[in-house]
Amino acid sequence: MSSGHTAPLLSVRNLVVEFSTRYGPVRAVDDISFDVYPNETVGIVGESGCGKTVTGLTLLRLIPMPPGRIVQGSIEFDGRDLTKLSEKDLQEMRGSDISMIFQEPMTALNPVFSVGNQMIDVLRRHKNLTRGQARELAINMLDTVGIPAPRKRIDEYPHQMSGGMRQRVMIAMALSCGPKLLIADEPTTALDVTTQAQVMEQIVKLQDEFHMSMILVTHDLGVVAESCDRAIVMYCGNIIETAAIDDLFHKPQHPYTRGLLDSIPRIREERITELPIIRGMVPDLLHLPDGCRFADRCPRATAECRQDKPVVKIDPVTGNGVACYHPMG
Amino acid sequence: MSTLLKVVDLKKYFPVRGGMFHRVVAHVKAVDGVSFELKKGRTLGLVGESGCGKSTLGRAVLRLHEPTSGQIILNGDDLMTLDRQALTAHRRQMQIIFQDPYASLSPRRTIAQTIQEPLDVHKIGTPREREKKVEELLDVVGLRKQVLSRYPHEFSGGQRQRIGIARSLALNPNFIVADEPVSALDVSVQSQVLNLIARLQREHGISFLFISHDLAVIQHVSDDVGVMYLGRLVELASADDLYRQPRHPYTKALMSAIPVPDPNKKSKRIILSGDVPSPMNPPPGCPFHTRCPDAMPRCKEALPPRINVGSEDRPHFVDCHLFAEESAT
Repeated sequence: MSSGHTAPLLSVRNLVVEFSTRYGPVRAVDDISFDVYPNETVGIVGESGCGKTVTGLTLLRLIPMPPGRIVQGSIEFDGRDLTKLSEKDLQEMRGSDISMIFQEPMTALNPVFSVGNQMIDVLRRHKNLTRGQARELAINMLDTVGIPAPRKRIDEYPHQMSGGMRQRVMIAMALSCGPKLLIADEPTTALDVTTQAQVMEQIVKLQDEFHMSMILVTHDLGVVAESCDRAIVMYCGNIIETAAIDDLFHKPQHPYTRGLLDSIPRIREERITELPIIRGMVPDLLHLPDGCRFADRCPRATAECRQDKPVVKIDPVTGNGVACYHPMG
Repeated sequence: MSTLLKVVDLKKYFPVRGGMFHRVVAHVKAVDGVSFELKKGRTLGLVGESGCGKSTLGRAVLRLHEPTSGQIILNGDDLMTLDRQALTAHRRQMQIIFQDPYASLSPRRTIAQTIQEPLDVHKIGTPREREKKVEELLDVVGLRKQVLSRYPHEFSGGQRQRIGIARSLALNPNFIVADEPVSALDVSVQSQVLNLIARLQREHGISFLFISHDLAVIQHVSDDVGVMYLGRLVELASADDLYRQPRHPYTKALMSAIPVPDPNKKSKRIILSGDVPSPMNPPPGCPFHTRCPDAMPRCKEALPPRINVGSEDRPHFVDCHLFAEESAT
């Protein structure tokens, strides 16, 4: 999908996002670049604090500023640089061209308005519709995302619905204006596995129907393997590897990606006594090492790794890239 | 191998109050007639989705939640018949590790105070001996002595969980309830803590009731596994048998719903329809019949019996009418 023939829908270049804390500035996202092509699903994976959520939020400028700040870089979407857009223009874009769904649907929905009211608001904000038309469209969307008896449920409040239902409402709302790009931040993390299966199936199906691109931010490599075309692995604010999904899972290049894949508990044919681990822990973002940020935990690290930070080199043919002096090969 | 813990028909109903005079208007049947045995030095894994009652069961077994009815026989004594004082004495041999390492450690106490507290409560040893014991415990869970005078906020999630584990080991218990001990941790740290728990079990012969929503984690740590749904155990078998050949339709759906971290193995999903019914008003008959792909008319009427589909010395229990049919003919 990432062939050079089509232009990317979203192009992020050298993005740096900083938060000021009382201990000094913290770079949550440190010089990352990536592209998302039309109809493509890109996963952003990593552990807590790696910057994946901040990356997703920054695309729509949803981080609180201050304390957050986009220090440098560009976010080009459909030919416009989102970092330079006025707040008003960006508001036009949010929910219509680019939509977002969040991890916790209970906090993302307003508890004092019915689901229908909230959906109608979104639709009328972006489209020239009467209340009645918007309501019909909203009922249609609820039906599309698999909510039974949508005509009745549209007048319910978020607390009357289960977690899976609420997440479906979020999806219906996010897709109601036909966005070109959906940013899904841990959309199924708060859900149980059987509900997660329902919701992920729905998202993937709708993405196809609506011809959207999607950025799926998650810590769950299983979800990535099942629904993404390509994935970006982040560690301490950096992209350390990006690859087509088959390559990433079968030929991971970065020792961290390898370690992450190995340490996922998975159901095995035969039980093992020791799970593979990544030794040590993620360094503190306030005291980052000079060289590679993974060096202290890396089995392949050399003196070189501790001196200079490796940068991602993208292979023009495969579109894959890794930030490592000693890739797994 | 002798039995350490035997639980018979344990029930925990929470009253729901409402209306005028704050009367009890209904009950949430969080645990509704659960029976199982735990052998010395073994681990029973309890798996199920949120709200199935697995955590309540774990707490009811320790009488942290006072059970509504049933028997809990630990080392031959029925805990249900003990008065407060006798129960406190028994508490020495049973401990719990909590899910949230952020909420389960007091922020105002140093690590030394936290780990030493059980020794103080039960007045074990001289102050000097207690200090020495605390140092030993730190060593067991892989933390350095220097951390003793520090406070919980200075530690990462994984380290906090190690501290919680050290505390639970202070009284040399022979039974530990581990309630989602790794769910709040990142995968790379999760496997470190799981390996630690597995090692403790091997070296100290502690029996664990290990509660998790994650089937892969459960497989890794458990000798036997119980699957819970809506307050009941629906399947109970050795881990090997359960994972090789799950029998209950719910267990099968649960297993198929797990995303597999391998893009080539798109698993054949059994997508369950609908949501888990409310435990306040569980459906008549089999609790799973509203979502079961194999439901028969009888499932709506009668609670399924517990059937052993394994052998006498290697039991595999399923609570399902499908197998009642089989054994009848």
